[in-house]
Amino acid sequence: MATTEEVKKLAALARITIADEELTTKTAQGGSSDAAEAAFRKFTSEFDAILAYVGQLEELELPEGLVGEKPALRNIFRDDAEPYPARTFTEKITAQFPARSGDALLVKQIISHE
Amino acid sequence: MNKEKLNELTIGEAARALRLPDGSQARVTVRELWDACIEAAKAKNPELNAYLEIFDADEAAIADAQKRINEEGDKAPLLCGIPLAIKDNILIEGHIASAASRMLENYRATYDATVIEKLRVAGALFIGRTNMDEFAMGSSTEHSAFVKTRNPHDPARVPGGSSGGSAAAVAAHMAIAALGTDTGGSIRQPAALTGLVGLKPTYGEVSRSGAIAMGSSLDQIGPLAKTAEDAKIIFDTIRGVDPLDSTTIPDGLYPVQKVGLKLRIGVPRALLGDNVTADVRAAFDATLERLVQAGHTLVDIELPTSAHSLAAYYVIMPAEVSTNLARLDGIRYGHAVRGATLLDDYLLSRTEGFGEETRRRILLGTFVLSSGYIDAYYRKAHAARDVLRHEYNEAFKKVDVIAFPTTLSPAFKFGEKSDPISMYLEDIFTVTANLTGMPALSTPMGTVEREGKQLPIGIHFTAPHQAEETLFTIASLVEHSA
Repeated sequence: MATTEEVKKLAALARITIADEELTTKTAQGGSSDAAEAAFRKFTSEFDAILAYVGQLEELELPEGLVGEKPALRNIFRDDAEPYPARTFTEKITAQFPARSGDALLVKQIISHE
Repeated sequence: MNKEKLNELTIGEAARALRLPDGSQARVTVRELWDACIEAAKAKNPELNAYLEIFDADEAAIADAQKRINEEGDKAPLLCGIPLAIKDNILIEGHIASAASRMLENYRATYDATVIEKLRVAGALFIGRTNMDEFAMGSSTEHSAFVKTRNPHDPARVPGGSSGGSAAAVAAHMAIAALGTDTGGSIRQPAALTGLVGLKPTYGEVSRSGAIAMGSSLDQIGPLAKTAEDAKIIFDTIRGVDPLDSTTIPDGLYPVQKVGLKLRIGVPRALLGDNVTADVRAAFDATLERLVQAGHTLVDIELPTSAHSLAAYYVIMPAEVSTNLARLDGIRYGHAVRGATLLDDYLLSRTEGFGEETRRRILLGTFVLSSGYIDAYYRKAHAARDVLRHEYNEAFKKVDVIAFPTTLSPAFKFGEKSDPISMYLEDIFTVTANLTGMPALSTPMGTVEREGKQLPIGIHFTAPHQAEETLFTIASLVEHSA
């Protein structure tokens, strides 16, 4: 079953935070960090309960021979052809950028030359 | 015709009224129909919160629809001039599509979803975008980042979810019908709790292009409507192969189901167990009994792996959710927070942008896909899915449809299901159709009383792949036997 450390590790893998977020909201509402810790423990125990529920799958015995039966629906690759005319969507898409420079998306510099 | 209650018409009734001869007293104009719906929407929305946004009238579209009805009469599509409500995870070009999440609160759709394009071609009008559980994750619409939608039958209760806004809008006559999306029951469960017909089509019948993805192997767009006839009108309009969604399927991909005038209804009694509330079970049995009186037959069937459907679903769905929502990182669009490093940008944007239930499911998905667990959880669930499909196909050699109550009980109160698993159990009978890809429909089977209020409940039918027609047939039979 998941420990609080494991939940924190999963959250890091998923690029979200659980504890810090709870901490911020609870403190913002005038609560203490104890309340945040309690909220985090509740999250972890609910997470455990869900894992226990889906763990029912372990006892499920599946008949041999069916697994891998091909479904009628097949995925396909689309032809690399008939592109949209250039700039059809450029303005609409760049308008959604949080920060832009012309048509380019502005992000933090992650490679330095030092 | 009572022109004060045009918003209460079905699509079928409204289409007929719009086509009455010029000069007929009962003839309705597109404008009158639009005004009736928009007035009801504006009057009731402050209490019910069905809509996140009510759109301004699209005068050109209203005029076009009227012109088309005048010129083409009965040849005009049945949806021409019909005001519809659209769930907030379906893209309408130029409008916000937020999936009821802070993450996409300001995201403006850059194109029309294929279903929207098809509805436009048919002349349909859009009243607004409806509230939902964030990214369609939930069964009560309580997980919306913005507002709580109330059930028109009892405002102290939820309308179900995740398409709860669409359901409330139609049930309260704030739209003639609506579109929802269904990943595990998100059309059928709210339809049941608000007294509507809700259809989840066969996987691949309706294009998902322009629907904000939740579980890509499970999601389908479908109608919430007042009658089986209305659900069919919308389904016939939005279905079909789409080059923008390579999982859409051609007619006849699956063997055509042949049914007689008398239907064989499979009932998996062992699965109903003791979980179904007594009065819901009584209504279910009574509805089936009426069908037997009308000459249809009940067949006992067994679907042993179905007992594990919900567990398999809560592995596959979060796995797909965590993958799909990984694209929302605060870099290109959506909620964007800037921290000290690029990693902080991701962490802060995603943590602020996603609500608790969304983060919970992202974490679950990350867990079941992680090395060391993927065989025990994800691959096992995937294998169970194959077995379920096989069991249902075997059952359909003996029966035409399979019946369940849509839910265990009627609409519940706000906050009543604060424990996640109790909320997940709302979908115990609906998730299987998403796992097998088969079409399924909920239609009203009367009401049960709670604290002096009559609350609607639904009966749920599943049919073989691409046999939606059989579902419309049996839903009409139930409708007319009541």
